[in-house]
Amino acid sequence: MLGALAALGRFAIFTGQTISHLVRPPFYGGAFGQALIQIGYFSLPVVGLTAFFTGGALALQIYSGGARFSAEAVVPQIVAIGMVRELGPVLVGLMIAARVTSSIAAEIATMKVTEQIDALVTLSTHPMKYLTLPRVLAATLMMPLLVAVGDTIGIFGGYLVSTQRLGFNAASYMQNTVDFLEVLDITSSLAKGAVFGFSAAIVGCYYGMTSDRGAMGVGRATKGAVVAASVLILAANFFLTEAFFST
Amino acid sequence: MITLSGIHKTFEGNPVLRGVDLTVGRGESMVIIGGSGSGKSVLIKCILGLLTPDAGQITIDGAAMTPKTQAGFLDRFGMLFQGGALFDSLPVWQNVAFRLLRGPQKAQAREIAVAKLAQVGLTADIADRYPSELSGGMQKRVGLARAIAADPEVIFFDEPTTGLDPIMAGVINDLIRNVVTELGVTAITITHDMTSVDTIADKVAMLHDGKIRWTGTKSAMGTADDPYLTQFISGTTDRPIKARW
Ligand SMILES: Nc1ncnc2c1ncn2[C@@H]1O[C@H](COP(=O)(O)OP(=O)(O)OP(=O)(O)O)[C@@H](O)[C@H]1O
Ligand SMILES: [Mg+2]
Repeated sequence: MLGALAALGRFAIFTGQTISHLVRPPFYGGAFGQALIQIGYFSLPVVGLTAFFTGGALALQIYSGGARFSAEAVVPQIVAIGMVRELGPVLVGLMIAARVTSSIAAEIATMKVTEQIDALVTLSTHPMKYLTLPRVLAATLMMPLLVAVGDTIGIFGGYLVSTQRLGFNAASYMQNTVDFLEVLDITSSLAKGAVFGFSAAIVGCYYGMTSDRGAMGVGRATKGAVVAASVLILAANFFLTEAFFST
Repeated sequence: MITLSGIHKTFEGNPVLRGVDLTVGRGESMVIIGGSGSGKSVLIKCILGLLTPDAGQITIDGAAMTPKTQAGFLDRFGMLFQGGALFDSLPVWQNVAFRLLRGPQKAQAREIAVAKLAQVGLTADIADRYPSELSGGMQKRVGLARAIAADPEVIFFDEPTTGLDPIMAGVINDLIRNVVTELGVTAITITHDMTSVDTIADKVAMLHDGKIRWTGTKSAMGTADDPYLTQFISGTTDRPIKARW
């Protein structure tokens, strides 16, 4: 218990230090650009596929579930709200935890174990500026975009299933979706994305930087990072939902 | 001038350094010898501020090495890690030019990197390769080129010739000797290789049981009557250092 509290404290200090480097030069633009591409662009396929299948399955479920009390017609509205408010950000967040957190943790842990982090220090380069900050910043900025893409493709997946398999009219399905969504639905979705992206990256960096020695240390750091990031994202999602929507 | 006084460092109940006192003068080449696991690498990591000693003080030109002063010292230092510690995400030349690329010599960085690679016996065609595509000895030499690339005032070499063939080891020994003699660099070299000691050293220090067991000039080493030192030089397995296996 005491150990867990101490670890939490170290993590909080680590987070604070990372943020403080934002306003202290130098800023490594090259590393930041690479992180943007790695985290943003290369995550698009997995985000798209996840959202597409989830949106499609959601439409099927709502249709068959809604049929029990003859409410099949609400498919477009529920798909839209379910994807945008909840499933889009959470699923994209979890995919990013799997894809980005793991690779950040493994890469930084390997650098730690092979003394590359020490080498950075001896070359007058702060590891937090060069490794942590670019990744955390990139993830925080790219995740809202990825979530927007995921929301859109998820809705499109539901639309495709509804119009091709469930006999919905294409034009009115679209109309219903657009009419139903509110601005808060979308801003909350993007805000969740930013928080999840920040969490995923900072957890990966923290576990990497504090990795034990040896190949086993790298393995443990990676596993721990993915688990912690996933739990953190789901917990943050609950509190953000509470903050945005409980009235 | 680098002075260490009473340096202690313990890892989880394993006392590695137990009161190290050592002085390295400006422009001097100090070679540290000692058994495997005796704490030589730990000692130079303490001087670089990568590890914090549990007790004792390290001063460089009179100023103490602390987290606050560390950055200023490191700007003037170069370090070759025992395992190379090359950045495997960067091509060889960017490894060598890492510091230059972040300083005023940015425009000539590649040119300087290739020249430094040549000094350690590597040709320009490996400049664009990645560290993982090189042999162990080549990686070591790239690490060496990186350590000397920005013309530091103080250079630390952790086993510069292990893993190299005898001819290449000779080239590296000469190179280290040259940077000390011609450029006035202060060098601290860890080695197990007595030929390296011969070529590189002005002074020698032997680390044993967490302390500097013997220190003196290279010429004094031949006539020293410390049984530990003479055994280390001759490499015999009897008395007084017990071989452990
Ligand atoms: N970060 C660390 N954590 C725990 N123990 C360590 C750490 N670094 C070194 N040690 C321990 O300190 C002791 C000395 O290690 P060091 O690497 O300095 O030896 P060395 O004299 O350089 O040996 P070699 O000649 O084989 O390189 C070893 O027992 C090692 O296990
Ligand atoms: Mg060593």
